[in-house]
Parts: sequence; structure tokens; C-alpha cells
Amino acid sequence: MHIKNKINNPLVKTMSEPDVLKTLQDASLDVLTCMQCGTCSGSCPSGRYTSLNTRRIIRKARKNSDMLHDDDLWMCATCYNCQERCPRGIKIVDAILMIRTIAVHEGIMLPAHRKISELVLKHGHAVPINDATKEKRKDLGLEELPETVHKYPEALADVKKLLESCGFDKLVVKKQE
Amino acid sequence: MKKLSLFLGCIIPNRYPGIEKATYLCLEKLGIDCSDLPGASCCPAPGVFRSFDKSTWLALASRNIVLSEELERDVLTICNGCYGSLIDANNELKENAALKKSTNTHLEKIGKKYNGSADVRHIVELLYDEFGPEKIKEMVTTPLNLRVALHYGCHLVKPSKERQLGSVERPMFFDELVESTGAESVDYPDKMACCGAGGGVRSALLEKSLEMANHKFSRIQDAGVDCIVNACPFCHLQLDGGQAEVKEKFGLEYNIPVLHYTQLLGLAFGFSPEELGIDLNVIKNDEFLAKLKELAEN
Ligand code: SF4
Ligand code: SF4
Repeated sequence: MHIKNKINNPLVKTMSEPDVLKTLQDASLDVLTCMQCGTCSGSCPSGRYTSLNTRRIIRKARKNSDMLHDDDLWMCATCYNCQERCPRGIKIVDAILMIRTIAVHEGIMLPAHRKISELVLKHGHAVPINDATKEKRKDLGLEELPETVHKYPEALADVKKLLESCGFDKLVVKKQE
Repeated sequence: MKKLSLFLGCIIPNRYPGIEKATYLCLEKLGIDCSDLPGASCCPAPGVFRSFDKSTWLALASRNIVLSEELERDVLTICNGCYGSLIDANNELKENAALKKSTNTHLEKIGKKYNGSADVRHIVELLYDEFGPEKIKEMVTTPLNLRVALHYGCHLVKPSKERQLGSVERPMFFDELVESTGAESVDYPDKMACCGAGGGVRSALLEKSLEMANHKFSRIQDAGVDCIVNACPFCHLQLDGGQAEVKEKFGLEYNIPVLHYTQLLGLAFGFSPEELGIDLNVIKNDEFLAKLKELAEN
């Protein structure tokens, strides 16, 4: 009976499952003080058009129930309205970003975001230059390539080395088992 | 004011080079000592990279800051996203010795070291702080008789604990800078609302993101303005290019010109729309260009 209770208790996580609540607590993101007032959801510009329900994300985090697969996580535009207005001072956006981090480290990443990550790995820019912009630059009397990694191959090599040192290359190809 | 280096980011040099040009022209006119920042990369974009992996975010951001430290200059950003990413990373690294140490073990591999000797500035708060609207007004040669819908963009003022730029619900400093050009900053409902691009939403969920932008467009159209002004190329992309996408996807047409603040200021300093790349926007509004021409001639 005792053991069974433990198994049913969602707060007791198995070894392989990431403990979202604990990770948040460790980063001083205290979601347990949430009183479910809904100020966050009511302030959310994304929630008007998407299924994002900020209050529900925080509720799930409090209960430590699985939320890593929730599409809602990726609908937050990080406008910080909720965080500014939360009467309990909960760092809601920081919490959402942290939950995203846990998801990504589990191999959960939207295809579009994987693509942007690949662009940074390859070019050092999330939005690399294209031919149309090169033309515009010339029309403006600017150099064809800007003073960024685009112009300095050794700088790009440094960026690649850094990304590798952080294991970002491996993180991007990691897919959920 | 400490000497500056200009951090370009991705979208300005690689999509809206007119903003880059306008920035150079304004900095020169204002007599600000600002150098290039050769070899800088993506800030990296806060919405995605910051939420993917903190050590990657800090490593890339700190490398950009270190490039400016090496020049003994503060970092000047002209994008809310770059500003948010770099200033937040800088503050975390300055305050947290353990994070600084772990970030430096990565930087060591490319022969760099983060010291924490440079600050990160945004052109709007810099102009407000170091010059002020009155001084800018005195420098204006072509007062702009325009009605402007100002879009602050979220990360210029939020999170307020980090930014310390005053009220986030009704800030005024940027409006004052807009008005110093002779323009009127017109109030409109949901002025402080998000453009919908951030957090990786535009890249992954374009339609939803455009619905948020469309909400702003409809409010702005009701206010009856000549143009929208912003201080962030990602908002700029969403508000300019987004209008074409909204037309294509929802069949709604607004045709409201969109200017970065440096482009508005450039006009007030007497530069032409072509010199400032205003004609390179997705939205082409001849009526607006004719009005600018008229203002320049008077
Ligand atoms: S605003 Fe704060 S206290 Fe209210 S529901 Fe949201 S997270 Fe909880
Ligand atoms: S930060 Fe995200 S969750 Fe919070 S109000 Fe903005 S879009 Fe909604």
C-alpha cells in the first residue's frame, strides 16, 4: 500500500523523467506561491489567438505533471506581460524558458527552431544574408558583407568552436527516443 | 559617455540594411564615437537560444561583449532582442561568479576572456539619457509634421527589474524622443501590446504570430497615422513584412509605412528616404514618400 501510494504520487519522479518542479525550485523560480488568479492568462496576447493558457502551465508545473510535450510552451512570445503583472511576483517567463530548456534537452524541439539552430551552427547568424540584401546594401553604398562573422571567416570558426564546446551541435541533432 | 561599438545583430545587416545606414548617419550627425564591432555574431536570439541551452546563450553573448571589451568600448545595440539578450547575459555574468567561470572555460578555447568591463546600451535609452529630447530637438533641421504610432516593443522595457526604464504599462521616454523630431506620437489602444514575433513564435507558428500583429495593425489603422515607428528590427520585420503576409493570408490590407527610430531621426536631420533605405521596405507607400518630400522642401 505504501509503495503503491508512492508510485501514484506524481511528485515522485522516476529516474529517467526530468523533475521539472525541482529544476524550477533550484533556479529560485518558485511557482508554488501561485494562487491561480489568472492575471497571467488575462494579460497574454498570445492566449487570445492560441491555446496558450499561462495559468495552466504554472498549474501543471506546481503539480509537476508532464508538460514537456505541450505545444503551448512554444506559443509564448516572451512579451513579459504576465511576469510584470503577476501579483505573486512569479518569474513566469523565466519559468517557461526553463521548461523549454528541459524539453529541448529531452530532444523535443519544433522543426522550425531546429532549422534556425542549424543556421547559427553554420553561419553564426540566425538570419544569414541573402542575395537580395546584398543588392540593397550596395544600393545604399554599404559594403556587400556586414562587419560580422559574414566577413571574417576566422571569427566564424571561433563561433563554431564555442558552439561545439557547449555541446550545442549535439543538442540540435538530438531527437527524442 | 563611454566610447561605443555598434552591434549589428542579424536582421539589420542581413534584411534591413537601411536601418544600418540610418544608424551610421545619425551617429555621425550626433557626434557619437562609435566603431564597428568586427566579427560579431548572432546575439544569440533570446527567444529560441536562451530557452534551448543557457551555457550556449551565455557563451555566444559573452563572446560578442568581449569583442567590445577588447576595444574598450560599450556595446551599442539597435534592436530590442539584441539588447535584451546581451544586457541580460552581461548582468548575469557580472553578478554570478560561478557562471562567469564556466563561461570563461568555453571562451578560453578561442583565446578569449570575459571580464565584465563593458556595458550594453540600446540606442533609444542612450539618446534619452545622454542627449535628451530637448537637445535632439535643437539639432533637428527638418521638423517632421507626421502622426506616428509608436511601438516600443517588449524587450526594450521588460523585464522591468532588469531594464530599470520606468513604467512598463505607460512609458513616455520613447514618445518624447519621437516628438523631438517634430512628429506627434499618437496614443492608441494596446500600444504596449506585443507584435507577436518574439519567443520563436514567428518562426514556428507564423499564422498565430500574424494574428497578434494584425490586432496591432487594426488598432493603428483606427488611430489614423502616417507611419509606425519602432526600435527593433524584429518588430520592424513583423510590422512591415507582416503586413504583406497578413494581406496574403487574411486578405486584409493596411499599407502603413514602418520606420526604425534611426530612420525617423535621419529624416529630421535632413537625409532623404533613399539614403535611409525607407524605400527598401516591403510596404511601398507613395503617398507617404510624397509627404516626406514635401516636408523636406518646406
Ligand atoms: S498571475 Fe501569477 S499568481 Fe496569478 S495565476 Fe498567473 S502565475 Fe499564478
Ligand atoms: S510572456 Fe508569454 S505567457 Fe506571458 S503574457 Fe506574454 S506571451 Fe503570454
